[in-house]
Amino acid sequence: MTPGLHKTFRELERYQVDGYRLLPMRFLSLDSTRYVVTNLAGNHRVMKREELDDLVNHRIPQHSVFYDDLKADHFLADGDSTVYTDLLAAKYRTRQARLPEFTALHLFVVTLRCDHSCQYCQVSRVSEDRSAYDMTSETADRAIDLMFQSPSPCLKVEFQGGEPLLNFGLIQHVVKKVRRRNAGREIQFVITSNLSQLTDEILDFCAEHQIYFSTSLDGPALLHNKNRPRPNHDSHAHVVDGIHRIRNRLGIDAVSALMTSTAESLKQPEAIIDEYVRLGFKSIFLRYISPYGFAAKTSARIGYETEQFIEFFKRGLQYIIDLNVTGVQIHEVYTRLLLQRILTPYATNYVDLQSPSGIGITVLVYNYDGDVYASDEGRMLAEMGDKTFRLGTVRDSHRDLFLNSNTLEMIFETMLEGLPGCCDCALLPFCGSDPVFHHRTQGDVAGHRPTSAFCKRNMELMRHLIRTLEDDPQAAAILRSWI
Amino acid sequence: MLLSAKIPKSPGSEPFIVRIADSDSKQSGSEATVAHGDEPLSPNRFKCVLRIGEAVSPDEISIPKDLEYLSPGDIVRVNREAGEIRVLYRRNSPHNTLFFTERCNSRCLMCSQPPRAINDDHLIEDILEAIPLMSSNTPEICITGGEPTLLGERFLAVVEATKQWLPNTSLHVLSNGRLFSMKFARQVAAIRHRNLMIGIPLYSDVASKHDFVVQAEGAFDETVRGIMNLERCDQRVEIRVVIHKQTSERLPQTARFIARNIPFVAQVALMGLEMIGFTKTNLDAIWIDPADYQSQLSAAVSELRQAGINVMIYNHQLCVLSKELWPFARKSISDWKNIYMRECDECCVRDSCGGFFASAPLRYSSHIKSVTKVDRQENEAFFPIVPRFSKI
Repeated sequence: MTPGLHKTFRELERYQVDGYRLLPMRFLSLDSTRYVVTNLAGNHRVMKREELDDLVNHRIPQHSVFYDDLKADHFLADGDSTVYTDLLAAKYRTRQARLPEFTALHLFVVTLRCDHSCQYCQVSRVSEDRSAYDMTSETADRAIDLMFQSPSPCLKVEFQGGEPLLNFGLIQHVVKKVRRRNAGREIQFVITSNLSQLTDEILDFCAEHQIYFSTSLDGPALLHNKNRPRPNHDSHAHVVDGIHRIRNRLGIDAVSALMTSTAESLKQPEAIIDEYVRLGFKSIFLRYISPYGFAAKTSARIGYETEQFIEFFKRGLQYIIDLNVTGVQIHEVYTRLLLQRILTPYATNYVDLQSPSGIGITVLVYNYDGDVYASDEGRMLAEMGDKTFRLGTVRDSHRDLFLNSNTLEMIFETMLEGLPGCCDCALLPFCGSDPVFHHRTQGDVAGHRPTSAFCKRNMELMRHLIRTLEDDPQAAAILRSWI
Repeated sequence: MLLSAKIPKSPGSEPFIVRIADSDSKQSGSEATVAHGDEPLSPNRFKCVLRIGEAVSPDEISIPKDLEYLSPGDIVRVNREAGEIRVLYRRNSPHNTLFFTERCNSRCLMCSQPPRAINDDHLIEDILEAIPLMSSNTPEICITGGEPTLLGERFLAVVEATKQWLPNTSLHVLSNGRLFSMKFARQVAAIRHRNLMIGIPLYSDVASKHDFVVQAEGAFDETVRGIMNLERCDQRVEIRVVIHKQTSERLPQTARFIARNIPFVAQVALMGLEMIGFTKTNLDAIWIDPADYQSQLSAAVSELRQAGINVMIYNHQLCVLSKELWPFARKSISDWKNIYMRECDECCVRDSCGGFFASAPLRYSSHIKSVTKVDRQENEAFFPIVPRFSKI
């Protein structure tokens, strides 16, 4: 009975239908007493074990607040509505909205030459031999042709190396050619550089063509110079100077920085974060080291176990949240990505955090020698002699690169929805697939879930974030403000 | 302010629509001139003379002092047969409403305009006749009812007419959204109106609760599908949530539902009650002091903000809202039915406050009090954005 309701109006009960059915869902233990439950579209709820038990055994009191919450989040349905199927479909579609746009990120490896000899790097050569390690303009032109065959409404051109500024002439050639050829698409240019070769002429060109920079900053000078050796041990000084010059000339947001974490880094997350804050960065990416390139050979010296990385990440994240509490504005990039996947209905664009994996379909790599790879990690692997992720060359047609290579097969074979261990995991809607990592570490693009470091790391980070959102209101408010 | 009034009856006269003439008017046959008191008027070729006070000659139509505000460009419908004059349009008002029909396919617990199953097709004919007479500088027109989409083809005809005659005017349609099938949504989209927004109420994230509020089984599904169909046709949708005793408890969850399921909406308006119509009939089932749902309101606003959705609070007085909500408050009540209370006399934020509906004295928050000594400069961040977005 609703007190005060005029007799010509019908009571709420007249519109309610008894008896509910379950909608597709997955669950996973969060800690000793709680479970995280997700539905098809990535809505999640944390429940006590007894609540989950009640839910699946149809014992939840009809039309209670808990019942209504589960119903509105599409975990259960009763007879008063059928529109949940349309909404679930729309939400699922929204999460996959980037797929039909196809490849947006195009990496041009303009040279392998570099003036650094970093411990963890991957592919670079300290060499003067331009003919052996530089991309030619003919190769670049063919790569541009391929890029414009992507249907994506936005194209991002990223110049990689080596140190790409050592072949700046080719960068100028590509930028001008792409600008001339573009008809109506949004184009972004980024140079990934250690900034040691930055000149005023380069800055002039970048100002004229709105080119941004992404640089490497591993932390305070001592750590940075240890990770990134250069004659005179002055890598850090070059980066800091370069960052200031770019900001003065191109604007405060024209340069972002990436850190790579070595065993040495893992001891000092606070110092690394402080260095980013000191230099005025609004974000930091606490990045896991990838077992490719030279890093594998030196892994005993600079590598670490997944558990150590997870501890480092949690400690760093807590420190960043504490900084936010005191009014410092800085966010952690991987956390933000995961939160976008956990808390919003939208798609994200990170190659390793999507299913199907983004290799090839989110990113294409045009190597200095004209080979085309499905991901940056794939071309690094190739430098060690493993060309599994080579799609072909810039002389192949766009169609052949995908249809006459094993890319599509690798992509659908590694879709989480069909992978043992993933297909029942409650974190599936938030997680992703990394065929290159699993091929490299487990000898198989699908990999073996119980022993996968990718799985261990991502599951623990997601559990950690979900627990923080549940249990720490102050931290949760800060995390939500990053989205 | 009255929008209709009695005039002397004159049996056998046909009703007609006229615009009040400008002083430099070419004396068109679709215009009337207004005379005050006993000022003399020479013979002219206007459709008629509306005299405020006693008619001087038998041709003139006497209208009461309540309509003294009528000014050039305004449009009235004169029905001497029924002895009634109605103001259809005021050129200088930002709040012009086209009332389509009294009929409705819902029967909301708090309806301010209780539906009647009558034949009122003449209303839409009047509207179609009046639109070409309106000023092309009109900033906004609101379409309301009843349920305007019940008129089907003629609803489309009005949207088309506003596009043609009022190309600079934004059009705000208040609809329950239930009739926007894919076909109808496509027909609306095909008109390609340049500035159309459809305001659709959603009262709960739970189907049965929404259906209860609108007293129509299956309405939640129809409304949600209507919103999705409009989105697929690139039409802008505003979600309107009226907050009362039956909707306030799940307001945060309703906001979350919007953010997760229909985040594409152009804006969300969280609205206070107007104390007329069925709200009076169901007063105790509906009324809740707005002071008692501030925590739910804050949670809903922050849920929507976090999702990047534009959110606005309508029909609430600043002294009842927590200060963090002030920037979301809008002066939303149409000028002709907007009042302030005695309690507001000493208030220093009255200018920024939307005040009350004229119907509010029936029941309003017991927490109304003049805000004193607000240092405007120190609190600038909290002050609402005064320009209105839409009227009710």
